[in-house]
Amino acid sequence: MLRLPKFQYLTPQNINDACKILADQGPAAMIVAGGTDIYPKMKRRQFLPKTLIGLRKIDDLDRISGSAKSGLTLGASATLTEVSSHSVVQESYAGLAKAAGAVSTPILRNMGTIGGNLCLDTRCNYYDQTHHWRQAIGWCMKAPSGKGWPVLQDSKLNQSGVPCRVAPGSSRCWAVSSTDSAPMLIALGAKLKLIGSKGERVISVKDLYNDDGMFYLSKAHDEILTEIQLPPSDGIKSTYWKLRRRESFDFPVLGVAVALKQAKDGTVEHAKVVLGGIGSCPFEMAEAQNILTGKRLTENQIEAASQSVFNPARPLDNTDFHLFYRKRMAPVYLKRALTELATMGSNV
Amino acid sequence: MAKAKSEFSVIGKSLPRVDAGDKCTGRTKYADDLRLPRMVYGKILPSIHPHALIKKIDVSRAEKLPGVLGVITGRDLPIQFGIMPTSQDEHALALDRVRYVGEPVVAVAALDEETAEEALLLIDVQYEPLKAVMSLEDAINIKEPRIHDYGPEGNLHKIVSIDFGDVDGGFGEADHIREDVYFYQGNTHLPMEQHSAVASWNPSEEKMTIWSATQTPHYVHRALAKVLELPDHKIRVVAAPVGGGFGGKDDPFSHEICACKLSMLIGRPIKITLTREEVFYAHRGRHPVLMWVKTGVTKDGKITAMHFKSFLDGGAYGSYGPASIYYTGALQTVTYKIPNYRFQAIRAFTNKPACGPKRAHGTPQPRFAIERQLDRLAEDLKLDPIAIRQKNMTGPNHVTVNWLKINSNGSKECTEEVLKASGWKTKFGKLPKGKGIGFALSTYICGAGLPIYWNELPQSEVQIQVDRSGLVTAFSGAIDIGQGSNTVLASLVAEVLGLYQTDVSLVTADTDLTPIDLGTYSSRVTMMMGHAAIDAAMKVREPIFEAAAEEMDVSIEKLEARDRVIFDKENPENKLSFKDAAQLAEAKFGPIGAVGSYKPAPKIGQYKGSGVGPSPAYSFSTCVAEVDCDAETGEVKVEKIWIAHDIGRALNPLSVIGQVEGSVYMGLGEVLMEEQDFRKNLHKIPSLLDYKSLTFKEMPPVETILVETDEPNGPFGAKEAGQGPLSPVIPAVANAVYNALGIHIDEIPITPEKVLKALEEKKKGNPPRVGPKGIPSYNFPEPVKVEVPAEWKR
Ligand SMILES: Cc1cc2nc3c(=O)[nH]c(=O)nc-3n(C[C@H](O)[C@H](O)[C@H](O)COP(=O)(O)OP(=O)(O)OC[C@H]3O[C@@H](n4cnc5c(N)ncnc54)[C@H](O)[C@@H]3O)c2cc1C
Ligand code: SF4
Repeated sequence: MLRLPKFQYLTPQNINDACKILADQGPAAMIVAGGTDIYPKMKRRQFLPKTLIGLRKIDDLDRISGSAKSGLTLGASATLTEVSSHSVVQESYAGLAKAAGAVSTPILRNMGTIGGNLCLDTRCNYYDQTHHWRQAIGWCMKAPSGKGWPVLQDSKLNQSGVPCRVAPGSSRCWAVSSTDSAPMLIALGAKLKLIGSKGERVISVKDLYNDDGMFYLSKAHDEILTEIQLPPSDGIKSTYWKLRRRESFDFPVLGVAVALKQAKDGTVEHAKVVLGGIGSCPFEMAEAQNILTGKRLTENQIEAASQSVFNPARPLDNTDFHLFYRKRMAPVYLKRALTELATMGSNV
Repeated sequence: MAKAKSEFSVIGKSLPRVDAGDKCTGRTKYADDLRLPRMVYGKILPSIHPHALIKKIDVSRAEKLPGVLGVITGRDLPIQFGIMPTSQDEHALALDRVRYVGEPVVAVAALDEETAEEALLLIDVQYEPLKAVMSLEDAINIKEPRIHDYGPEGNLHKIVSIDFGDVDGGFGEADHIREDVYFYQGNTHLPMEQHSAVASWNPSEEKMTIWSATQTPHYVHRALAKVLELPDHKIRVVAAPVGGGFGGKDDPFSHEICACKLSMLIGRPIKITLTREEVFYAHRGRHPVLMWVKTGVTKDGKITAMHFKSFLDGGAYGSYGPASIYYTGALQTVTYKIPNYRFQAIRAFTNKPACGPKRAHGTPQPRFAIERQLDRLAEDLKLDPIAIRQKNMTGPNHVTVNWLKINSNGSKECTEEVLKASGWKTKFGKLPKGKGIGFALSTYICGAGLPIYWNELPQSEVQIQVDRSGLVTAFSGAIDIGQGSNTVLASLVAEVLGLYQTDVSLVTADTDLTPIDLGTYSSRVTMMMGHAAIDAAMKVREPIFEAAAEEMDVSIEKLEARDRVIFDKENPENKLSFKDAAQLAEAKFGPIGAVGSYKPAPKIGQYKGSGVGPSPAYSFSTCVAEVDCDAETGEVKVEKIWIAHDIGRALNPLSVIGQVEGSVYMGLGEVLMEEQDFRKNLHKIPSLLDYKSLTFKEMPPVETILVETDEPNGPFGAKEAGQGPLSPVIPAVANAVYNALGIHIDEIPITPEKVLKALEEKKKGNPPRVGPKGIPSYNFPEPVKVEVPAEWKR
C-alpha cells in the first residue's frame, strides 16, 4: 500500500495554541481534522507537511448547538454523519442534511468533518493521482514538482512555468471545487468563524472561496475554521441534487443547491441557487435567482430558471463524465431540484 | 458413478462453505497477512514512459539510504518468462526497454515500506523515448518501432484466418445478410485483494519458498525455476488464500520473481504487496475487442453462414493472448448451429498494460456482438428475438462445425425457465416508455481440454489419507480463489466416503505437499479436481469397505456409507462406524491412503488453433435484464436480472448461486461503467475511486435459476458456474436498452453520454446508434480450410 511520509503530529489543547503553531511554522504545518482528504494526499505526495495539527483535543469544536429558530451553529469538527443525521438539520435545513449525507460513503462520513469538507482541496484528475502517475504525465501548475508542497498562499507558485494539463495555455489552475456542503451552505446564507493568530472574524461561507484552483481559500494560513453559523431557518425550503456516476463513494461533478422562501400564496420571496463541482469555487446563479424571485414555482418558471444555468455552467475536462454532459445536466438537475421543492409542503 | 440425486447425502445441499467461518471472522491469512521473523519489504519502481529504451540506471543514491538492504534491476534477472510457451516475452524487471507506463524497472528491499518508497525516489533512470503505439489502429499502421521483435509483422502479435465449411456457399443460401460492427471496451478484474507475495530463501538448504496470492501455483513454480535458474525441487510455491482473482492472478508476475531474487540476495524473507495502482498495471484483464460480424439467415431465421472478425488490443505482452484471440471465435458455434463459419482475428501489441484472461476469457466480447446482432436479425425478419434463437440453438450431443463436442445442453430449458420467471411474455413490447427488457444466451467451457504447455500428464491429482481417528485429509494442488473449490473438494470426498463435509481436512495449493493441479482458470477446477477427488476417494473406500464387509459379514456390493456410518443397504441395522471400519482396514492393510487423478480427453480437431475451445463439457446460461432508462439524463438503471444457468448438477446450490450472482455483478460493471481508459499514453484512472464499478446501490436484485442436466462428463454430473453466467448479462442489458429507448449502443460500457448521443441521433432522423463506425482495413491471409466433422459435410 502507499505509505504516509514522515511527519510530526501535534495535538494542542486550544485554538490559540493551534493558531500559534500555524503562525510559527508557516506552510510547513497543516491542520488535520478527519484526515479523509489530507492523508490520501500525503500518501500521493501532493502535501508533505512537516507538522500536522490535530484538532481532536480541542473542546467543543464538534458541538452542534442552537435551534432552527435562533439559527444552528455547527462546530467545525462535527462529522458529516453527525451533521446529516442531526434532527434540526434534517427538519429545517433539509438540503444540508442531503448534501452532507451525500458525501462519499457512510464510513467516510463517520470520519470526515464539516470543517474539513469546507476546506477540501480542489480536485482535478491530472492532480489527484500518485506521485508516479503525475511524474509520468508531467507535473502541472498546482503541483509543479514531485516534492509536494505545503498549501502556500504564495502566488509565485503559478509562475513556476509548469503548465496546466487541462488548459495548457491557461495562467491559472482550474481544479474543481468538489465539496458537497459548500454550495448548500452558501445557498442557505451560512456564515463561518475563523480564528487566527491576529484575532477572529466571521465571514459568509461564500467569501471563503476564490475562483482559483490553487488558491481556492481566501483565509490566511494561520486561520482556523471553528464554526459554521446557519441563520434562522425561517421557513426556508432547501434541497441538494448531486451528479455522480454512482450513488455512493463518488465526488460531485455537479452539485445543485437550492434554498427558497415562499409566501403563503406560493410566491417565491427569496431564492438562492448555487452550483458546485463545475469550477474552482461554488457559483451563485444570479439569473436563475432573478427568474424565480417574485413568481410562483410554475412549470414554466422552473423551466426558464433551469435553462438559465446552462450557459454559466462551464466545466472543464478534468473530472469524471464528459464535460459537455455535466454542462447539459446542470439545467436538468436544477429542474429536478426545483420540482422537488415545488411539490414539497411548506417547511415551517 | 452418477447416483440419483435423492441418494446423495452431502452433494446437492446448500451447506456453508468450509472456509466461510474464517473468512467472515477475519481469521483467513491472506498473503499480505503473513509476517515471518526478520521479514523485510520490497517496492518496485515503475516506468514513467509508455515506450522507451533504458539508457542508464543509477541506483547508488538509493543503495546508500539507511534501511535499504538491496536493489536489483533487469540485469539481475535477464531470463524471459511468460505464461504460455509461445509468450515467453516478459522480464521481471525491464531489461533494455520499457513497454508501458507502470512496467517494473527496479526493485528495492528495505526494512520497511516507507524506506523502500523513499528509496524509489532516489533512483535515476535515463530513458530514450520511442514512439508509443497506443491503439489498435496504431499497431496496424505503425510498423516501426516494434514493441517486440517477434510476431507476424510490425506490431501484430498474432493473426488467425480460418474457414469451417463452405462460407461463401452458405452466404449464397441466405435470404438476408447483416453486417454489424461492435466494440467491447477493455476492463480489469478489480479483485478486493491486491497481489502480494512473501519469499523466503533458505541458504543452507538452497531452497526458495514463496507464499503468493496466485491462481496458478504450478505455473509460478515453473516460471521461478526458469528465471531463477533453480531446480524445480528447490522451489516451493504455496498459494495463500486468494482474495479474488477473476483471472488477474493467473500469470507469473514480476513482484513474485523480484521477491525471490531479493530474498536470495539479502538472505531475509521479504514481502512485496502491490499498490492498487500497480494492480491496474499488472492487469491481464479483458481485451478491448473491435468486432465485425456478418451473418446470413434464411427467411425463417436459420443461420446459413457467419463471418466473424475480431481485432484485439493486447497491450504490451503476450500473456494468454495466443489463447484469447482464439476464444473470441471458438464458442460462437456452441450456442448456435452455424453450418459455415469463417473466423479472422488479429491480436496487436500496444504500449499499455498486458491484457489476458478475465472471467469468461475472450468470450463476453463476441457474445455481446452476436446477441446484439441476433436481436437485429429478428427485427429485420419480423421474428421474435427468442424465436430466432430457438431456431438456431444447439442441443445435447452435438458436434459443432469447429469440432467441439457438446454432451449435456440446457440452453432450451434455461431459456424456458428464465422467460417464465421474468414474465417475458407479459413484458416484451408491453412496458411503458423508458422501460425495457432484453434477453441473451451464452455458453462457456468447463475446463480447457489441453494444458497450457504440452504434456501427457494428468491435469489434476488428489491424494487422500485416512487417520485412525476417522478424520480424512485430502491433498490437492487446487487453489480456492473464492470460487469455492475447497468446499467442492471436501464435499466430494465426504460424499464418497459417507462422511460430513467437516470431517475432511484440507491441504491445498502447496507444491511441496500437494499433488498437481494446473490452477484456477478456464473453469476447470470442479471438473478436473472433482474427478480426481472422486477417483482417490473411491480408491480409499475400497479397503475400508473390504474390512467392513468382513466384519459385518456381508458382501461388499451391499455396503453404502453415509452420516459416518457404513451399512448394509438391505439391512441397515447391520452397520459399522466409519472410524471403526477405518481402524479395521488399517489393522488389516496398513495405513489407508490413495491418489486419484483426471485427464480430460475431449475430441480435438486437427487444425492450428484447435486446442482452444475443446472441453469435457459446456455450461449454458440465459439472462433477462429489465431496465429503466432516463431519457433526460441518459442513465440506465438495471431493475432486475433473471438468470438461468445449466450447471449440470449443483454440488452445492448456495455456492453456485453465489458464483452466478458474482458473475452478474461483474457483467453489470462491464456493461454499465467499467473502462480501462487511457489518456495521453497512460491509464487515466488507476484507482478504486476513479475506475468506476458498481457499488451496492447500483446492484439490482438477481433471481437465479439452476437448471440441472446431469453432465455425463462431470463429477456427479456437475459443470462450471464461475465464469459462464457473466457473458449473457452484457448483451441482455444492451438489448433491453434498445427495447426501452429504440437506440443501439454497440459499444460498451453503456454510459449516460452514449445514451443521450444516440437519442440525439434518433431525434435528428439519423441511425439511432452509438458504436464503432467500421473496422481498420486489413487484408487477412486466405483462410485455412478445415475439414469439418462428418455431421456437417454436404
Ligand atoms: C474516496 C473519497 C470520496 C470522497 N467523496 C467526497 C464527496 O463525495 N463529497 C465531498 O464533499 N467530499 C468527498 N471526499 C473528501 C473528504 O473526505 C470530505 O470532504 C471530508 O469532509 C473532509 O473532511 P476531513 O475532516 O476528513 O478533512 P481533512 O482531510 O482532515 O482536511 C481537509 C483539509 O481541510 C483543512 N482543514 C480541516 N479542518 C480545518 C479547520 N477546522 N480549519 C481550517 N482548515 C481545516 C485541512 O488542513 C485539509 O487541508 C471524499 C474523499 C475520499 C477519500
Ligand atoms: S486544472 Fe490544470 S493546473 Fe489545476 S490541477 Fe488540473 S492540470 Fe493541474
